[in-house]
This record gives sequence, C-alpha cells and structure tokens, in this order.
Amino acid sequence: MAIIEVQDLVKDYGSFRAVDGISFEVGEGEIFGILGPNGAGKTTTVECVEGLRSRDGGSVKVMGLDPERDGAELKQVLGIQLQESRLPDRIRVGEALDLYGSFYRQRADTDRLIEKLGLGGKRKTPYGKLSGGQQQRLSIALALVGNPRVAVLDELTTGLDPQARRDTWDLIEQVRNSGVTIILVTHFMDEAERLCDRIAVVDSGKIVALDTPAGLTARVSEEQRVRFRPSAEFPDSLLLDLPEVARLERSGPHVVVTGGEHLLQAVASVLARNQIVAADLRVEQVSLDDAFVALTGKSPEN
Amino acid sequence: MSSLGKLVQIETRLFLRDPMSFTIGLLLPAAVLLGLGAVPMLREPSPDMGGQRFIDYFAPSTLVMAVGVIGLTNLPAVLAAYRERGVLRRMRTTPIHPAKLLLAQLIVNIGASLASALLVIVAGKLVFDVPMPQHPWGFAIAFVLGISSVFAIGMLVAAVAPTARAASGLSTVLFMSVMFFGGVYLPRFMLPDAVARIGDYVPPGVQSLLDAWTGTAPAVIPLVVMAATAIGAGAVAARIFKWE
Repeated sequence: MAIIEVQDLVKDYGSFRAVDGISFEVGEGEIFGILGPNGAGKTTTVECVEGLRSRDGGSVKVMGLDPERDGAELKQVLGIQLQESRLPDRIRVGEALDLYGSFYRQRADTDRLIEKLGLGGKRKTPYGKLSGGQQQRLSIALALVGNPRVAVLDELTTGLDPQARRDTWDLIEQVRNSGVTIILVTHFMDEAERLCDRIAVVDSGKIVALDTPAGLTARVSEEQRVRFRPSAEFPDSLLLDLPEVARLERSGPHVVVTGGEHLLQAVASVLARNQIVAADLRVEQVSLDDAFVALTGKSPEN
Repeated sequence: MSSLGKLVQIETRLFLRDPMSFTIGLLLPAAVLLGLGAVPMLREPSPDMGGQRFIDYFAPSTLVMAVGVIGLTNLPAVLAAYRERGVLRRMRTTPIHPAKLLLAQLIVNIGASLASALLVIVAGKLVFDVPMPQHPWGFAIAFVLGISSVFAIGMLVAAVAPTARAASGLSTVLFMSVMFFGGVYLPRFMLPDAVARIGDYVPPGVQSLLDAWTGTAPAVIPLVVMAATAIGAGAVAARIFKWE
C-alpha cells in the first residue's frame, strides 16, 4: 500500500520551473531514494512532500494527509532531517532531545534513541562542542524523536567521514527495520545503491528513471567488461569469434573484452583450452554511476 | 510540560549560559549605578537636578540601559542567529510553529529586563537609599509601555536584518541612540534642551520613568508615543518577519 502519493507535482520559482510534473508512490516500509545532480529539484520535491513549501500544481498525500492543508497533523507522524540546519551552540544533547520530544504527542524513548545513535556519553555536551558527525547524528535523532511513520532524510551523510557514513547507513537500516518508511535524498551513488529499494533519478525537475538500483544499471546497458593480462600471445580472432564477445581492445600487456551475458565463462574456457593463463583478471560491470551519467548526462558528484 | 513551557525553560538556560547576555544584560546596569554611587560627590543634593542627588536622578537612566541592552542587542542578535543557523527552519519541521520560539524568546528577554530593573531598584534602595518609585502605578505603566516599545523595535530589527551580523550592526546604532537620549552617556541636564525634549519621546521614555520615580504622574503624550511605537513596530515586524 502506498504511504506517500505524489501526482503531477509542479513548483515554480518565478519563471523557473523547479519541479515539472513529478509523480511517484512510496510503499510502506520502503527506502525510496531521490537521486539527481545539484539543482535538479530533489530538495524542492521533498519540501513539497513535507509541507515546508507550497506547490503550484498536482497533488501530494502522505498517509492520506495533504501536507499543505493538514500540516500540523502530518508533522506529528513525519520526521524531517534538513540539509544545513544547526542548533544553538550552548544547548546540550539531552536538552535538545527533551525539548523537541515535547513537541510531539507520541515521543520515542529518548534514552534508547541516544544510545542507538552513539551519543550516550554526550548527553551533557553542548551542541557547539560536538564533532560534525555527532551533530549530524543528533539531527537524525531529532527527526526520529516523535516516533515518525515516515522519515525524510536530505543529504544525510554529506560532510561525514567514511566510518561515520557507514555507521549512519547501518542506523538507517535499523530505522527501516522498525517499520519506518524512508525517503532519502542524496547525490551519493554508493549510498543510494546500498540503502534504497527503489530510486527516482531526477533531472531538470522531471523523473528520468524510476527503478530498483539493479534495474537502473541494467536499463542503461547489459554490457560487461573483462580485463586481464594473458600469459602468452594470441590472435584477436581467438576471442572475437565467440558469439558472446562484441569488442576486444589491447592496452599495453592488458586485453579488455566487452560483451553480453556469460562473457566471462566463454572467455575463460577458450583461454583454458589454449593454455593461456589470465592474470590480473577483473570483471567490470556497469555501475550506478555509469547509469546516472547515461540518464542525466551529468556527473553525480557535482 | 507544555511545549511553550519547555521552550521558555531551555531558552532561559541558554540566556544564563551566555556570559555576555548574563553579565551585560542582567548585572551591568546595577553595577553602573553602584559604581557611580561610590563617588561621594554624586551622593550630594545638587541644584542642577532640582535639589536631587545625582544618583537619584540617574537611576532611571540605568533602567534605560537594562531595557536597551536586552531588547535591542540581545533579542535581535539571538533571533537573527536562529534564522541564520536554521533553528527556526528546523522548528517548522515539527508540529510546533516557530512563532512559539519567538514568544518564548520574548518572555525570557522581558523577564531578564524586569530582573535587571529590579536589581537596579533594590541595589539603589539598599546601598544608597534611592527611594522606591514614588508613583507606583505611573511607574508600572511607564515601564511596561517603555519596555514594549523597545522590544517591538528589537523585533523589527530581527525581522529586517538578513544576517546576525546585520542585526548586530543595526541594533548597535539604535542602542547607542537610545542610550544617548536616555541620558546614559551624558546626564540629561548636560544635554541641550532640545535634545533632552526629544529624549522624552525616544523609547523607553526616560522622563516618564523619572517623573513616576520621583512621585509625579508621567505626562500622557510620551506614553501614547510609546504605545504607538510598540503597536506600530510590532505590527510591521510581525508582517515582514521571515522564518528562513
């Protein structure tokens, strides 16, 4: 059952159409990713879902509520983690959770939340004395303190070190396992690939693709690449004659063979039959990065 | 506890934890009064001040300081910083409207002004026997209207300033003017008469406070000006205030 329904959403900033007819549904318990280059309309889209921005067209329903009309009611069940939102430097971790918890009818067990986010020893630490990663985790805790059914997390791990990012991902999976539906806005491919059940790729205010991570990469290309260093010389035709092989390139001592399904098995058996050992063998598959570039024509990291 | 109660509680703690707001806002006005009172000459009656002692004459000016420091420097700076840091924006993601945070800030800052004023009155009475305000009702009305007009201007600064830096620049200019016209820098009998008369109408209205303190009912027109300033500036601030 869809817990979030967005139909033909439109948002204009003056004469600029930031969101241009976006539609999607998110199922209960799903982690739904919104991926796209900067300025694609990702944040504007989720802000319309959250009720932080009024839309100029289309309809949005979250748990049957209209974010614009039933804003206060919706926010009782919606947890929002904002990009770039800080707290006063002198407020302590425990105080912030206590304060934000008092805004909700149903509040999470703050002690457990603090422990789960690894802030147990920091209860009395002022916000200004926390590291970037700890501030980010507190911000996630504040988004979860009202026991939300739906959480919208915008650029969750930007500015975190690799360890903190992986810890945050684990946390998000735990949150989902407790039954919370999650919308994740990101421009990190690895994050989307690791966490999301489905991904909407957004570009210039439109959804250009909506699929599972595997579906997205398959959609771009079924191609595989096998790269190796042969132990002995062999003529190109040896491999090119195989139906699985489309192309063969040589670069220095290395051979790169490109082709379709079962490429590796076909290449490996021919080489074995000819007593050629393939050293440094690597199979390269199309990544979500490649899919993203193919779909949007832009590099994901900027 | 209700969310507003909780907000007031936390904002009070934040106010007290900030050494600037605590020492300058809360303690400085009383300290200035005590410091000046320590000079023997300022405790002698003088014909310049209609036979009053300087310390009696100057006490209302330290009230101007108490209200001005908190209403014109602390309040707009905190609110502009809350907007700049996204604190107000984060409030918008919760079921509670950020207007409640503004209200909590007003409550805490008005409370601090009252505490500071009380400190001035009590310290003056206990240490130098400065009499308590002699026209209590007139004093209460003058003080409430004075504080309202200054805080409304503070809210207006918070509403128009795009950044915390801009807020502090703007509020410093206003604060200096209020202190000047309120006779904090130069006792008002040393100011040209025209400047002193203008000062009657500059928030928070030092002459009304002085009159009521010494037992005369404060004049009506300056009080009306304070009320009009409070309503006018407050209404404009409420209209144009941006949450982000």
